[in-house]
Amino acid sequence: MFEFKLPDLGEGIAEGEILKWHVTEGGTVLEDAPLVDVETDKAAVTIPSPRGGRIASLRGKVGDTVNVGAVVVVIDDGAAAEAKAPAKTASAPTSAPAAALAPAQVPVAPGGPQRPVPAAPATRRLARELKVDINVVPASGPAGRVTPEDVHRFASGAPAPVVQAPVPAAHAPTPPDHIAARAVRDDTAFAEFAAHASATIPFLEIEPMPDFSHEGPVVVEPLRSIRRKVARKMVTSMALVPHVAHMDDADVTDLEAFRLRERERRQGGAGSRMTLMAFVIKAVTAGLRATPAFNASLDPFREEIVYKKYYNIGFAADTGRGLVVPVIHGTDTKSIVQLADAIADKAMRAREGTLPADEMRGGTFTITNVGPLGGTALLATINYPEVAILGMGRVQEKPVVRDGQIVIRKILPLTLAFDHRVADGADAARFVAELARQLSDPNLLLLET
Amino acid sequence: MVMGSLREETDVVVIGSGPGGYVAALRLADLGENVLLVESRERPGGTCLLEGCIPSKALIHTVEIQETARRAAEFGLTFDNVKIDPVKLREWTDGIVQGLSDGIKGLLKRRGVTVLRGHARFTSPTSLSLEGGEVSGVDFKQAIIATGSSLNRLPAGIVQSVWSSADALKLPCVPESLLVVGGGYIGLEMGLVYQGLGSKVSVVEFFPRLLMGADFDLVDVMVKQVTERLEEIMVDSKVLSIAEAGGGGFDVRIEHGGQTIEKHYAQVLVAIGRRPNTDDIGLENTRVKTDDKGFILTGPDCRTDEPNIFAIGDAATGPMLAHKASREGKVAAEVIGKGDAVFDNRAIPAVVFTDPEIAWTGLTEREAEEQGIAVNIGRFPLSALGRARTLGRTDGLVKMIAEPDTGLILGVGIVGPMASELIAEATLAVEMGATLEDLMVTIHPHPTLSEALMEAAEVAAGEAVHINPPRKVR
Repeated sequence: MFEFKLPDLGEGIAEGEILKWHVTEGGTVLEDAPLVDVETDKAAVTIPSPRGGRIASLRGKVGDTVNVGAVVVVIDDGAAAEAKAPAKTASAPTSAPAAALAPAQVPVAPGGPQRPVPAAPATRRLARELKVDINVVPASGPAGRVTPEDVHRFASGAPAPVVQAPVPAAHAPTPPDHIAARAVRDDTAFAEFAAHASATIPFLEIEPMPDFSHEGPVVVEPLRSIRRKVARKMVTSMALVPHVAHMDDADVTDLEAFRLRERERRQGGAGSRMTLMAFVIKAVTAGLRATPAFNASLDPFREEIVYKKYYNIGFAADTGRGLVVPVIHGTDTKSIVQLADAIADKAMRAREGTLPADEMRGGTFTITNVGPLGGTALLATINYPEVAILGMGRVQEKPVVRDGQIVIRKILPLTLAFDHRVADGADAARFVAELARQLSDPNLLLLET
Repeated sequence: MVMGSLREETDVVVIGSGPGGYVAALRLADLGENVLLVESRERPGGTCLLEGCIPSKALIHTVEIQETARRAAEFGLTFDNVKIDPVKLREWTDGIVQGLSDGIKGLLKRRGVTVLRGHARFTSPTSLSLEGGEVSGVDFKQAIIATGSSLNRLPAGIVQSVWSSADALKLPCVPESLLVVGGGYIGLEMGLVYQGLGSKVSVVEFFPRLLMGADFDLVDVMVKQVTERLEEIMVDSKVLSIAEAGGGGFDVRIEHGGQTIEKHYAQVLVAIGRRPNTDDIGLENTRVKTDDKGFILTGPDCRTDEPNIFAIGDAATGPMLAHKASREGKVAAEVIGKGDAVFDNRAIPAVVFTDPEIAWTGLTEREAEEQGIAVNIGRFPLSALGRARTLGRTDGLVKMIAEPDTGLILGVGIVGPMASELIAEATLAVEMGATLEDLMVTIHPHPTLSEALMEAAEVAAGEAVHINPPRKVR
């Protein structure tokens, strides 16, 4: 028997949600054949089977969240039976809650029954309270001892401790670990957290959610995976970054005519899926080179602004499971055709959930286009720690005045939300105006290739 | 009231009032549960209090004082007339048991726990019948089985007038000679008590060694000390028959060393283990499962295969120890009352109250060997310890068993005076995941026996001050 545990998926990812099983109980699997699709905060991955054999049991259903290190599948690979489990666990009743992920089936070290991991009883209780399997918590104590901090860190989904860069004392004290928001699971913890948060921010008043079911029927589902990641990103961005938005219109009549013509001509070949986004990315890249402030990050602890000399532009994609942001690296070195193909390819893989994590990393600027769905303008939230995000509204034919005449033109509404700590309104006005100018004349974009 | 017709209803019923059951009942009451306790005996307390741990320790303590007085001649202290009055001793022991049992009654009463008398048998997963009490049955939502264990009897054909350990604890008389059948901890403890009271005591054991559960190096130290107090220790030996002799006493035939010997003893004490009380409690009317020896199978939350029924203590799997039962009682109570508890202890200490005492906790050296776990072992002899010298008790050692690379303490074994007390610190160390360093750096009071734990940790870490380092090979 071989117990396959959810492997380390990198980047401090502590858990994954089962998207799809490629195997069934009782079926057979070949070594390296796809076993299970797991979605993490960052990406969906297909995990291949490390062994060939018969599937003795699957330890989770589609939709279940599995901790890294927990057994996900047991494969009968013909090897000798595993070390006899301690008698106490022999009859774990089927009614035990979350039996599939019960701590009883934790990593069995070679050579004999496993004792509970070294940890103080109080720490073990803490883990139970936070619904964490202490046996898979990465330990930071001596001799593999799991500390309360380890449990809190694991429960909050934060990465295991790495060497901390020396950070000058922040002005606001960080909340003690035990009242981190992620650990708020009961009334006492909530009160403690709310008190701390309220003490930090004047006028802030956090109260427990009312019981909505008193008002009418509700459906409750846990916040997990992409949804949770988005929640964290957005709260962090809104809390840390003073957002300012600047709006302008781009006349894309000529560009759209050119694009549709080219697209038609390229049927079946490169650039055949050419979208407005490809042109916008090209124009934005040109703008970022001219205005480095929008391709920067502000480090509030070191009090430094980091200007990036590389251009990785992300675009928001609605995948059906939530928002992800594929990143196109080195947009300054790619032609519009190459950009168009990259967009189509990454968007498709993002929707399938097969886009690897490193293709969603390292962005320096983000563009979000809700135009196809409608909208005259939008105010996007900056993809922290980037400095700006460009929102594209719907391209619409509108009456505009040109040379004293009312004419009908195709208008693209643009909104740049930016970090006012790093750039000012004038920078934004110039940036968006130049963007609009470039998009109004395809010939100008030629100069940027 | 019509006998046999009254039924009670409760949220939780606890069956058995031993150290597992009464603790569970008290904890449940404190957690606000409506709880009812069922006990077949007249008094609460179970085997441990009524005919086990507590009375035996009172007897052992008395005999130990006598033994200490005898040893004291070595350092110039003599007593003219040390003798034990068995009648007075019996009264004293009974008084302790009564007092503690009344204490449990009081605790239960003050928490409003109803205690029902009778032998409980499940009639369904949510009901049981009671035999021998005023109430004929109980309907419940959840149950905790804490029925404990009973003494194993010798096979049929052997006279039943021999003593069990429960009989011996009542001090019916002090026989001139006593054969103890069974060289486990109960047999040895009771054997030494009767030796102290004046009997000539022999021990016969089926297995090749006494105290098969403990590490041999610890047992050897104890055996060396008790050998001079016992008439004969026969290991690898089998009792073939016990017959009442015509002129009183018993004729016993023993197969020993390939031949059959026949001996006469004034009394025979049979102490050949215990079995769980699970065969007559109606488990067949539930989905509760047992192993082939009758121990109830439970999960880490003490839950049986019948989700609303829990099992703890001797009736469930695991070592038959009062402190294990109490801990499980709390776990089961908290699972019911709070929905959140697990028996996830890393160490369950075991104690043998021989003289010297033996105690161990966590991983034993033998388990490490059998399971192929690499360990680093440090032994510290009490002969190198100042306090042991001042007590005149250098017969002992402390053994520290640690993980080689990390120094994580996996287990500790102790033989010597006060081993039963010393093991508590060692158990805390294993439970907390302490390392050798933790024990070495912790300042232990001087001069005490507890220093031996620190010293043994130093030996295991290769940093012992009070032991000569291993001679370097040139």
